[in-house]
Amino acid sequence: MSPAVIIFIVLALVAVACAVAMLVSKNAVYSALFLVLNFATIGVIYLMLGAPFIAVAQITVYAGAIMVLFLFVIMLLGGENLRLGEPLRGQRLIGLIFGAVLLAEIVLLLIFRSGMDQMVGTLTIDTSPAALGLEMFNKYSLPFEVTSLVLLVAVIGAVILTRVDPIRRPGKPDQDRKDQSGRQA
Amino acid sequence: MNSDLLTILLPTLALTGWALLLLLVDLWIPREHKGITAVLAAAGLAAALGLTLSQGRLPAMTDSTVMVISDGYALFLDVLFLASGLAGVALAHEYLKRANIANGEYYALLLFSVAGMMLMAHAYNLILIFLALELLSIPLYILSGINRPRLESEESALKYFLLGAFSSGFVLYGTALIYGATARTDLPGIFAALQSAPVNPVIFILGAVLLLVGLAYKVSAVPFHMWTPDVYEGAPTPVTGFMAVAVKAAGFAVLGRILMAAFPTVGKDLTPILWALAALTMLVGNLAAITQKSIKRMLAYSSIAHAGYLLMALVPFSNRLVNSDVQASLLFYLVAYALTGLGAWAVVTALEKQNGDGLKLEDYAGLGKSHPWLALAMTVFMLSFTGIPLTLGFWGKFYLFRTAIEGGFTLLAVIGVVTSLISAYYYLRVLMYMYMRAGSPSVERAPWLQVTAVAAALAVVLISFIPNVLLNLAGNSLLLLP
Amino acid sequence: MPSEWIYIGIFSLIALALPAAAILMAGVLGPKKPNPIKNSTYECGIETTGETWVQFRPQYYIFGLLFLIFDVETVFLFPWAVGYRVLPLFAVIEGIVFILILLGGLLYAWRVGALSWQ
Repeated sequence: MSPAVIIFIVLALVAVACAVAMLVSKNAVYSALFLVLNFATIGVIYLMLGAPFIAVAQITVYAGAIMVLFLFVIMLLGGENLRLGEPLRGQRLIGLIFGAVLLAEIVLLLIFRSGMDQMVGTLTIDTSPAALGLEMFNKYSLPFEVTSLVLLVAVIGAVILTRVDPIRRPGKPDQDRKDQSGRQA
Repeated sequence: MNSDLLTILLPTLALTGWALLLLLVDLWIPREHKGITAVLAAAGLAAALGLTLSQGRLPAMTDSTVMVISDGYALFLDVLFLASGLAGVALAHEYLKRANIANGEYYALLLFSVAGMMLMAHAYNLILIFLALELLSIPLYILSGINRPRLESEESALKYFLLGAFSSGFVLYGTALIYGATARTDLPGIFAALQSAPVNPVIFILGAVLLLVGLAYKVSAVPFHMWTPDVYEGAPTPVTGFMAVAVKAAGFAVLGRILMAAFPTVGKDLTPILWALAALTMLVGNLAAITQKSIKRMLAYSSIAHAGYLLMALVPFSNRLVNSDVQASLLFYLVAYALTGLGAWAVVTALEKQNGDGLKLEDYAGLGKSHPWLALAMTVFMLSFTGIPLTLGFWGKFYLFRTAIEGGFTLLAVIGVVTSLISAYYYLRVLMYMYMRAGSPSVERAPWLQVTAVAAALAVVLISFIPNVLLNLAGNSLLLLP
Repeated sequence: MPSEWIYIGIFSLIALALPAAAILMAGVLGPKKPNPIKNSTYECGIETTGETWVQFRPQYYIFGLLFLIFDVETVFLFPWAVGYRVLPLFAVIEGIVFILILLGGLLYAWRVGALSWQ
């Protein structure tokens, strides 16, 4: 067994264990923290597969920012100690059935390996961030810039939709306070 | 970055830059003078419209990275999107003041959305198509929720966002599978790969179907229409009007582009799916509209029904003989629907009261007596929606059915005719309320709304005398077929 | 290719090991004379009352959202920064345009008052 395989097995075990722990832990904050560990492990697996850019994205965006957001939401809603129960009935049963179907599908695919050779292709491209950057700034320059616009619109959305009092909050907060006091007087 | 790219996208980039400036300039415009922002937004749209029209003589071309394309199809749609944007500004200005949501961001977001639509019309690569889809959708998620303390508006934004994100996932997954099967994301590359390289048919068709499903969500085709009535009802009415018209047009623009540029060789797999989608959408949309009491919900179901008619135009997409007819009737119907729809939504906006009342059918009682011009405009729109002669809607449906029959889909055309007859019931009911019931409707004094409604009504009637001119414009806008 | 990246893994392992070692060494080598004051949560300060897990203010959430968006920007700039030496001039300009557009967003958020604590 090569060292790469051993590292992979260890990482895979950690990832699966984290996923299970995330599901079973009763405290939502612990769940979120297990998810962070899971994301980080997956990030290392990406690194092993020779995809450093995706690994960096996984760590910074998912394990970093999105999990911060998750934790904020959990703390915001006070959902750290959720009561166990199903908001919609029968979800567990459906989940179990679909899970079993998926597992059966994977097992069948592994046993028969039919069509696998057609699906698996090999990419012979340079996946280093620098090469990726070159490609991104040459061929995909337009999508790159459009991405920044999408992010900008997301900023606007985040600000508008979370503003504390959207009706009474124009440009300058100070002016507004004056308005209010004037009205009271 | 190559110069062709800049040439092709000049109007779009100009509009984007203007939107960016507007967003920042608006921060220094005081709350009472948000009219300035509206005027600036309209000026930006008009300037982009001028730039687009000046590109009319540009030869059809793609840039060197095959990311975007400039052809008559895209230019035609650009004009449609920019005009819808202008109507969106006209509809919004007074409404925002009335509803006390004088957010200047409205206009910047509207411009970003229009820019996303224009990008979508020009996109020739699945990656860019996805990003353009996001750029046009995200501002609209925000705009649906801009009337925020109102619960309906929040519900609308949340539903639209969740289902929109879900459908974007479908588009992205479809794109990934198509890339996996063909190793290409540019549309002509996919077309070429389908003809030459060995392509795993299962993966490719799966990807294509996922792409279709994602876009079917965006154009609210049955069975992916569940979100439409709730979102349209809860969103501020000008936003709804813009969504119902422009987003639908953008969705069909890209559907038509992908189907005709990349997928013509897999017609036998995709045509049955499109057929079923079109038939279901026409039937469900029209039948559900009958029972609606709220005019907003009724028009929402009507927009679903019209998505069905538009899908019908695309069903014979793989038939090379009727290819230009497909495109011409699609674009023609889009224009007819856009003019009629924007006008109708302008009337609805004019009758909505500050507290969100005035949206029931009963509220239209007596409009014929109290506001004869507005009622006449609404009459024109309802007749055009139904497809009665002397309106643009009639010619739209006429060309549509002709294309379907020429393509060999007579049964679909029959379904179209029958559902149009059904639709007469609920469209004409509005007329009955306006002219035969007594009542005293209150109409907001909103000159721009009335200008929009009357101009749209005039266009719907006048262009119906010269349908060939519009049809030729739509038909001449040749797609670059590889 | 992956071999270069193994170094990062090794570095992060060392980075984890060093502070862990410092804490462990302090525990092993330091003298232990516990008393009640030393064992309290804060040797100088006020004892906490109520639960540690309190409800956060929604404002944190806005910051979280903005952070997320600019974090995604960072990810896109990562290949730009790494490949800076080999990138042609227009690619550098593209990156700057990208940053400027998002700077517009930051300016907007700041001017609207989303960044000020209320």
